[in-house]
Amino acid sequence: MPEKLLQQEIKFELNGKPYSVVTHPLTRLLDLLREDLGFTGTKEGCGEGECGACTIHFNGRPALACLIPAAQADGAKITTIEGIGDEDELTDVQEAFQRYGGAQCGICTPGMIMSATYYLENPDSAETMQEALAGNQCRCTGYKRIFDAMEKVLKND
Amino acid sequence: MSNSVVAPEQKEKQRAEAGLKYVGKNLERQEGIPKVKGQAIYIDDIQPEGCLYGRTVRSPEPRGEIVDIVFEPGIPWDEFVIVKPEDIPGENICAMIKNEIPFLADDEVKYKGEPLALIAHEDQQMVDRAINHITVKMKTDGYPAFFTIDEARSKQQVQYGEDNVLCSYQIEDGDLQAEFDKADLIVENHYKTKAQEHLYIEPQGIIAEVVPGEQVTVRGSLQCPYYITGALANLFAIDETSVRVIQTTTGGAFGGKEDYPSILAGHAALLSLKSGGRPVKMVYGREEDLLATTKRHPSDTTVRAAFDKQGKMLALEMDFALNGGAYPTLTSTVLSRGLLHSFGPYNWPAVNLQARAYMTNSTPFSAFRGFGAPQSIYALELLLNEAAEQLQLDPAELRRRNFLQPGDSMPTGQVIKEQIDLEQLMDRALEKIDYRRKKQEFAVFNRENDYKKRGISLATFFHGSGFTGDGEEKLASRAGVKISSENPLEILVANVEFGQGIHTGFVQIAAETCNLPPELIEVIEQDTDKVPNSGPTVASRSTMVVGRLVQDACEELVEELKNTAGLPDDFTTEDFLAASKNYLNSYGELYKEVQHHDPPEEQWDEENYRGSAYSGYAWSCDVVAVELDMIDYRVKITDFVSTVEAGQLINPDMAAGQIEGGIVQAIGYTLFENVVLEEGVMKNNHYADYIIPTAADVPSIDVEFIEFPLKNYGPYKAKGIGELPFDGPAPAIAGAVALALDKQFITLIPLLPETIHDTLSKLEETTDA
Ligand code: FES
Ligand code: FES
Repeated sequence: MPEKLLQQEIKFELNGKPYSVVTHPLTRLLDLLREDLGFTGTKEGCGEGECGACTIHFNGRPALACLIPAAQADGAKITTIEGIGDEDELTDVQEAFQRYGGAQCGICTPGMIMSATYYLENPDSAETMQEALAGNQCRCTGYKRIFDAMEKVLKND
Repeated sequence: MSNSVVAPEQKEKQRAEAGLKYVGKNLERQEGIPKVKGQAIYIDDIQPEGCLYGRTVRSPEPRGEIVDIVFEPGIPWDEFVIVKPEDIPGENICAMIKNEIPFLADDEVKYKGEPLALIAHEDQQMVDRAINHITVKMKTDGYPAFFTIDEARSKQQVQYGEDNVLCSYQIEDGDLQAEFDKADLIVENHYKTKAQEHLYIEPQGIIAEVVPGEQVTVRGSLQCPYYITGALANLFAIDETSVRVIQTTTGGAFGGKEDYPSILAGHAALLSLKSGGRPVKMVYGREEDLLATTKRHPSDTTVRAAFDKQGKMLALEMDFALNGGAYPTLTSTVLSRGLLHSFGPYNWPAVNLQARAYMTNSTPFSAFRGFGAPQSIYALELLLNEAAEQLQLDPAELRRRNFLQPGDSMPTGQVIKEQIDLEQLMDRALEKIDYRRKKQEFAVFNRENDYKKRGISLATFFHGSGFTGDGEEKLASRAGVKISSENPLEILVANVEFGQGIHTGFVQIAAETCNLPPELIEVIEQDTDKVPNSGPTVASRSTMVVGRLVQDACEELVEELKNTAGLPDDFTTEDFLAASKNYLNSYGELYKEVQHHDPPEEQWDEENYRGSAYSGYAWSCDVVAVELDMIDYRVKITDFVSTVEAGQLINPDMAAGQIEGGIVQAIGYTLFENVVLEEGVMKNNHYADYIIPTAADVPSIDVEFIEFPLKNYGPYKAKGIGELPFDGPAPAIAGAVALALDKQFITLIPLLPETIHDTLSKLEETTDA
């Protein structure tokens, strides 16, 4: 197929490790992560930058993996839900989501935790918690317990 | 060894005295840790070796006859697997309630987007490109289509039966005419609600593998494993036991994954069969999901009610109509539930309640949290608010004077046996929101402000747990528990976890009954080869009906251990584990399975549509305060209080999570969510074009549970609550908006800014004229 001619080598750091992949420059970073590299913790809810399920940290800031072409990832530092905390331990945010009911079906949860983690580490990045999460939609919880979980982390409970 | 059998009443008493150890506690979500770590595996996370990707060829017209399906040149079609209706080995019918939905339309197409053929290829990009190079030629002459209840009712064209009526029900009770004759006030109005999209964040998805001569295997995002075994057995003309269905972690469902996965599973399985047994994956993109899958039924309801001047309710007349769409799906049960919730928690001396669902050439409408009840309750509750205004009574007072009391009968003849106290339920909600003070303050505020107006209102309602009428008796669900060599206790049920927390609840029920810590209890995965058919995960039935089966099975298991393995009457965890070990050593695994039968006092007469419609009801009151911007007509919810009675809560935090989530979904239904139907299909089928509540839109929601001393049948006296919270917000919000608008009632939801604007302009025109 002609697309094959357009392959490009892309190097980036993912969850602290260097990666090099050869792919079409317009491949969505979301597909690269999920399909080529097997990091399926990042989810797809819309594919059009609306739901927030695909939120990752891209060069230290929350970003939507469904909107990023692979070429743009060249040289980037990327963290996905798999790179938050370590293998067995939960981070404070994950722990609080589990304790206080922040996850129901769980499909929005990885993206939500990426946004929540960034906000809790950078409280100046948004006026309010509500605003910090406005790009991450959840159809199950009604958000209340997500806010509760974040409050607990803020208060260090 | 003591063999004394404790009488059930005695057992209840002992337990009450002992206090509950696990039930009623906030056990953490059983499957929660993989979810927060991003390790839970959803269907789209699975990439089977050698898998093909399937897509669906859909009808470009709402009605007509297929003349030709043209596969355009430029695509290597010989590399594709293509399935048409003639490839179906069994019946081309997806069995639901009425067997009328084809997997692939054959002769007559009934709605735009209806599946006609299937294609699959191993390169997903290729199949996504190919699907746009298929042209469907249709004959539409002589096939006029219609889309609305009004058109169906007009009978200008008849496409179903004699009158386009898919199904109908009626409840008559008391002497209607006599009560209307006595009336001091008769209020009548007409209410409409639109379709609603489930918008589970995980779209529909299935992977099927059909190796010729072997079992049919289906994995996917779904609510009802045993609906799919039945549907596929019919499709392939094989025995139901030859179909294996495995649920994968399901990213939201809300009713949307009740029936549709049977169709999608059929499609993927047909492609797999035709490919010679390769796995076929079909995961819808968001656009296709919005376009093709079912939605909440639009409704159109006329209500007429009579009152005396003290505000006593005398008679209720209702004509409740749903748009069913092109095929019957689950519409008849949705309609029935809607009707059985239409009279509310009030004493009506006489009623005549009619319900009809109409066939139209729209995408079929089907199950969605609330299941018809939100539509009928919206109409009734809003009418009560109008009546209260005309009677110059506070809407809370009008309700107070008419609440059902223990011993009263519903219009179906069902007698209220539990010690309900709806006044207490409502008063607590009013007190929490500070209703009286707010109402006075808002009146002053509204006099002094032109650009913002405030309102406060309420709704009181109930929701029946479990299948309607004799549904549970017919379903005869089975659930089991097992002491195995791997696990101290296993729970075997077909009810899936999709976020509602039911598996955690089952574990708590089993822990309580067996006096076993939750960490020793395992819920076996929902794989039809492993678990018995405990029925679908719908109808707020899992906690009450299946939870009860889990409790009963555990009790039988405990009895068995007492009888054969030395378990003392009053046993500790250690005793249970020691007796289990004894049993395992002597006899091997211990499995107990029980089957549901309706309690003898809870019988339903389907023919006369009378009796005990549900064996348990949860009760609730919502009170809402809003602020309306008179320039852009946006409604902001400032306060929301919900009091809920759902018997003993198995897990209070998770129960509250269900109520909060349901309320927010219902706020979306009332204020933002606008399915634009064009030629019967969702025109705004992009995520960005369908607005659901975000973190920035939600008010703080204050949920409080109270418990009536009661007699009911659920496990440890628990009832279902999954759907209850969806029933109240629409009328409560619409009532509050009406108050903000100085008692101008808007009878159409969603209350979009343009809806409010247009209605007000029309009202002005009529007053000017
Ligand atoms: S999948 Fe990227 S925002 Fe929805
Ligand atoms: S937990 Fe289901 S969408 Fe958020």
